[in-house]
Amino acid sequence: MTAAELFEKLRPIQEAKGYFFNQDREGITLPLLESLLINKERYGYMVCPCRLASGDREKDKDIICPCIYREPDVAEYGSCYCGLYVSRDWNEGRIPHVPVPERRPPEKMFL
Amino acid sequence: MSEKLVKLYALSTCIHCRHTKDFLNECGIKYDCVDVDTLQGEERQAMIDEVKRYNPNCTFPTILIGEKVIVGFRKDEIEEALKS
Repeated sequence: MTAAELFEKLRPIQEAKGYFFNQDREGITLPLLESLLINKERYGYMVCPCRLASGDREKDKDIICPCIYREPDVAEYGSCYCGLYVSRDWNEGRIPHVPVPERRPPEKMFL
Repeated sequence: MSEKLVKLYALSTCIHCRHTKDFLNECGIKYDCVDVDTLQGEERQAMIDEVKRYNPNCTFPTILIGEKVIVGFRKDEIEEALKS
């Protein structure tokens, strides 16, 4: 599957839930979807491209995309940690674009 | 811009890390870069321990500019650190 195919497959499902792909399709969305496919190949599951996976699905389940932190991050910042999923307001420039801090508790990474 | 030691701890799959690399390249900055996700086993663990010394949360990108540590692609902070 290509990043473009993954884009077409996921977009209607995610938009129905109120999550939109970053409007910077070439600069952010497609590269991140490509990275998800790479991680699927590497680890067997689509772990977040912007976090270091452990390789153990059980330990990484909170950061399998869409991660459990997407909802609070999009609610607070209009964007998920890696910038793949954003709110309509974020995409239409009604809220500032700021780096999203890591919400995941650090100890989860070193289990 | 000063000749400071610049080191970037990154993930090959992370877009913010890629934008950080692009920015440093555009500025003509020479830097060391490690894509931690491409390492395996002990080498990977040793690098995680190294990152944690500067950024206990071990998030990426983590950028060292001289003595300064910057976490995330924060362009203005990077520019400031390169200039000072």
